[in-house]
Amino acid sequence: MTMPNTQHMSETSQRPPVTRVGVIGWLRANLFNTWYNSLLTILILWLFYKAIPPFVDWAILDAVWGNVESTVCRQTDGACWAFLYEKANLILFGLYPFEEQWRPTIAMIIFVSLVALSCHPKAWRKSLIFAWVIGVPAIAILMWGGILGLSYVPNTRWGGLPLTLLLSGLGLMFGFPIGVFLALGRRSNMPTIRTICITYIELIRGVPLITILFMASVMFPLFLPTGLTIDKLLRAQIGLIMFASAYLAEAVRGGLQSLPSGQYEAADSLGLSYWKKMRLIILPQALRISIPALVNSFISFFKDTSLVIIIGLFDLMGATKAALTDAAWRGFYKEAYLFTAIIYFVFCFFMSKYSQYLEQRLYTGTRR
Amino acid sequence: MTLKSFLAAGAFVAASAVAMPAIAGETLDAVRDRGELRCGVNTGLAGFSNPDSEGNWQGLDVDVCKAIAASILGDADAVSYTPLTAQQRFTALQSGEVDVLSRNTTWTLTRDTSLGLHFAPITFYDGQGFMVRKELGVESVHDLDGATICVQPGTTTELNLADFFRANEMDFEPVVIEDFEEVNAAYFAGRCDAYTTDSSGLASVRSTAPDPTAHMILPEIISKEPLGPAVRQGDDEFFNIVKWVVYALIEAEEYGVNSENLEEMRETSENPGIKRLLGAEPGMGEHLDLEEDWAYNAIEAVGNYGEIFERNVGPDTDLGLERGINGLWTDGGLMYAMPVR
Repeated sequence: MTMPNTQHMSETSQRPPVTRVGVIGWLRANLFNTWYNSLLTILILWLFYKAIPPFVDWAILDAVWGNVESTVCRQTDGACWAFLYEKANLILFGLYPFEEQWRPTIAMIIFVSLVALSCHPKAWRKSLIFAWVIGVPAIAILMWGGILGLSYVPNTRWGGLPLTLLLSGLGLMFGFPIGVFLALGRRSNMPTIRTICITYIELIRGVPLITILFMASVMFPLFLPTGLTIDKLLRAQIGLIMFASAYLAEAVRGGLQSLPSGQYEAADSLGLSYWKKMRLIILPQALRISIPALVNSFISFFKDTSLVIIIGLFDLMGATKAALTDAAWRGFYKEAYLFTAIIYFVFCFFMSKYSQYLEQRLYTGTRR
Repeated sequence: MTLKSFLAAGAFVAASAVAMPAIAGETLDAVRDRGELRCGVNTGLAGFSNPDSEGNWQGLDVDVCKAIAASILGDADAVSYTPLTAQQRFTALQSGEVDVLSRNTTWTLTRDTSLGLHFAPITFYDGQGFMVRKELGVESVHDLDGATICVQPGTTTELNLADFFRANEMDFEPVVIEDFEEVNAAYFAGRCDAYTTDSSGLASVRSTAPDPTAHMILPEIISKEPLGPAVRQGDDEFFNIVKWVVYALIEAEEYGVNSENLEEMRETSENPGIKRLLGAEPGMGEHLDLEEDWAYNAIEAVGNYGEIFERNVGPDTDLGLERGINGLWTDGGLMYAMPVR
């Protein structure tokens, strides 16, 4: 229907100025609303312009793809993805025997599935424990072998991503409960327990992780009688658990302290024993509050495991460095580190996203 | 138990643990019982010990491990490699975590004495050298007065550099960068006039240059870095084995015995030296408490010293090193095997 274009109609249906709506309006409202925002926008656009086209040139347009010799790569300025074709197995699996690398692959899939399953609230039932009870020995059998016709692979040959997942996974699985007990111990009324916990936490937090790893790998064997050696991987793992537990204890303590004392008193007035009080009233609330701090520790711990490189373990980062020592493929470190960075990012990103989801779910009482 | 007697008992246990007598041959027995040699290697040094794309160890130092394992156990694959960092290596050897340390370790007086090591014969004579861009027109290290020089910190390299320039009353400006890849990149980007590291490393760094012909390695070597396998002091029998396996590899090259003509040599050679070496004339193995084919097995597994060199660091490899001082003494090098007899 066409309406006569009267004065009255045109006044009411007049569109806002073109500079206030649509793309231009949005740009004005968000990117150019003040002089300093305009300046920042222009600066960032300029940075994008400077950074993105060269990266695309390097990573895609000038890059060498496919399984070719390193000499081909050296003739261009672009990325040499052939390096990853050649070295992906070494980076991902370290020194694990080449023909047997399907075993750590399956072990990793089982591990990641178990963790993913455990993340889902619907799976928080008894059957989850059974899944772990079956899954963990399966992983051990796959990694070590020696039975069921699988050849034995000593853990000195483990490496790459499975080793990183193992070190950080076991480190957190053992470190977290120990950390909870340390946090409770630190707030205990019993002086001995409190002193021990405080000493332990402050001692471990007072030294860098690299020192603990050095102690475990260099100093500790000197105190043992000649001939008696404890596995290098085990020593590093114990060092990492000690480190993780001290940091997680402090994160949990933060949660414990932020609970109003009324919660403690209420629990006491119900006549609950200490452990029941903690298990039913205090810890569920304290741990929920400490989720952001805990996940922060988890993520930094996952990345800190790469420090085992200094004691000669080939975790993901160590294997990447080892891959770069091949004289034929030397110098392609940008490709190698980018690849490794993406793997680390994927894991850390999902940890972070999951913690946000968990907070959303658990903060029903205090959600804003 | 009173505190005093408790402490006394503790002290006794500690003392008896520390004062474990070095039983002759305990390392050899341990290796035989275990069925494998524990060998400490570098975590990654091109040409000496680094994992290939399939995760198998390769390199000159690794081949020495293989030769020792082949001599003792008859199987060059019966080696468990422990990758060690520079800080860990001596502890690992002292604590018995490894039987032999074959990890590009320089033989020095301090290491021989205060660290309690025995060095077997040198398997590679290295030394610190310089690389420069050809366009500079530098012919000798002595032309580098006032130059900026890229160097990695923390090793003797940095120290040698300062000593050398001070001794020659020259100035230089160090560009110290920790990471190996970073320091290479800095040199290629032109941040320094010269780059210094061990000469075995220089050649391989040059091979990664965008244009390798634009760079040259200066002829002078400013330090001595004799690299060889090391064992713990106190087990002379095992030391002898490591020592003579290395000599056997060098002597094999002197006699022209290699992995290809090995069997033929053992059957047909009339040379008494070759017959003794390969066990055709028995006796040598018995002295070392090994089988008579100890040297035969070692050479069969990895070849003679010349073959090991060519395969891992020689001119046809990516490192592209010339034999130079690592040649046989008959060719003007320093490789000289004591006679196997």
